[in-house]
Amino acid sequence: MSALLQVENLAKRFGGIIATDDIVLNVAAGELHAVIGPNGAGKTTLIAQLSGQLMADSGRIHFEGHDITRLPPYKRSALGLARSFQITSLFLDFSVLDNVALAVQARAGHSFHFWRDARTETALREPARAALARVGLDKRADWPASALSHGEHRQLELAMALAGSPRMLLLDEPMAGLGPEESARMVDMLRALKKELTILLVEHDMEAVFALADRITVLVYGRVIASGKPDEIRNNAAVRDAYLGENEGAGHG
Amino acid sequence: MTAKLTVRNVVVAALLIALALLPVYAEFGGNRFVLTLFTRIVILAMAAVSLNLILGFGGMMSFGHAAYLGIGGYAVGILAHEGVTSGFVQWPVALAVSALFALVIGALSLRTRGVYFIMITLAFAQMAYYIVSGLARYGGDDGLTIYKRSQFFEPLNLSSKVQFYYLCLALLYGSVYVVYRLINSRFGLVIQGARSNDTRMRAIGFPTYRYKLACFVIAGTMCGLSGALLANHTDFVSPAMMYWTRSGDLIIMVVLGGMGSVAGPVFGAVALLVLEEVLSSITEYWQIILGPLLLLVVLFARGGIDGLLRQAGPKPEQKVHQ
Repeated sequence: MSALLQVENLAKRFGGIIATDDIVLNVAAGELHAVIGPNGAGKTTLIAQLSGQLMADSGRIHFEGHDITRLPPYKRSALGLARSFQITSLFLDFSVLDNVALAVQARAGHSFHFWRDARTETALREPARAALARVGLDKRADWPASALSHGEHRQLELAMALAGSPRMLLLDEPMAGLGPEESARMVDMLRALKKELTILLVEHDMEAVFALADRITVLVYGRVIASGKPDEIRNNAAVRDAYLGENEGAGHG
Repeated sequence: MTAKLTVRNVVVAALLIALALLPVYAEFGGNRFVLTLFTRIVILAMAAVSLNLILGFGGMMSFGHAAYLGIGGYAVGILAHEGVTSGFVQWPVALAVSALFALVIGALSLRTRGVYFIMITLAFAQMAYYIVSGLARYGGDDGLTIYKRSQFFEPLNLSSKVQFYYLCLALLYGSVYVVYRLINSRFGLVIQGARSNDTRMRAIGFPTYRYKLACFVIAGTMCGLSGALLANHTDFVSPAMMYWTRSGDLIIMVVLGGMGSVAGPVFGAVALLVLEEVLSSITEYWQIILGPLLLLVVLFARGGIDGLLRQAGPKPEQKVHQ
């Protein structure tokens, strides 16, 4: 199987709490793979393990044939694995363009350049402007990042992930806290992006997940209880019991 | 780069020019003491500029920066004591030893964060203090008198007050320019990114530790140079140069002048030391006045003197409300 990302028996415990347990996951090149599950299912832990913020206790992660299980975040990012954050994590005292240009710079070799004004380097600024244009933030380029709205912060997150021209995006709840209109715009944007990139999407918004995903993996208490096409997941009894049913019961649909 | 004509830029330019013209005033005003005072101010301003690089731009709260003043000073003092008076030997040694010290201290302390970083840098500086206090051959607690200032090529004579002042001033302006270039370079953006959000920096692909370490070494080396100047200025080195209260003075200069502003520490050094001079001539309890004054700055002028100057005059166009 020609999976771009292969996860084998990944596990992480925090003291007595099992955050992820024996996770097996394959993401094929070009697909949008969604990971869903109730709160506390280990979705964010999984993303953190994939991007390297957390080291797995056991199991292996392969990306493009490289074993990246023990690589620190910056090396994974250099291989083309980019993540966005659930809780907006930006450089708030920098301008919007500076935020994205830093993401470009991260992929442009080492940064031991001490003299030349980095804000005049077109090799950094042009790709950054292009990434901002792709998410529709080009008009905000010179604003301080702290002045953007929540929805715009999410767009900026995405622009930063895109700026390093990654092979694969790990998106941690890009829809979190967005209004219906902003959400719809984000779905459109992701639909356009999935034509060019492989995406692993962790998301609570079921409407968005079923609209976008090629395949879905369901996590409950850190374990994979089902994995398959959206239709298979929708009709899976275990998933309905553990997750979708619970949601319907709570009236969220 | 085109500088705009703002209140702040005018004041900065005025300060730079005033410092350059000071020896003229000292000469014609017959006030030689003011030249001695300002030589000291210029030297300590340079130390504050170097501290600002790690503290203001890098967010590294080092509480042991005076150690480099002592190390740079003792490099000059010890070599002079052993008969090596050439500045071409003394100064490079002062820089190299400071850089090495910063490399070791930085490599260990940058693995910690927050209060631990403050405490560990303080601990290392105090360690250096006690080590030089124990150097019996070089005066121990009493310090070491330097009988001959650093020797350079012919026309340059450090024993001439005016020449020495201009040398210090040129090095201060040079270090301000170096910091200005550094913080706008790729390296500088990484340093400031790490101050703003270190986790995110590592997530997007920067091994921030090595950049912060490099920054720490650059700042330490720069401060070592001002230590070499200070030793030449006072013709004397003692452990007190690197006592922790001196590190505190440097932090006050940075905060007072404006953290993360290139020219801020120069304002801070001038303000603090002139104030100290004026107040101590009025009353021997001058610290009772200085303390609350600093408190007011910290409470009400977050950007220090430079921050106040930026607020003065017409505001730059608010891009936020376009």
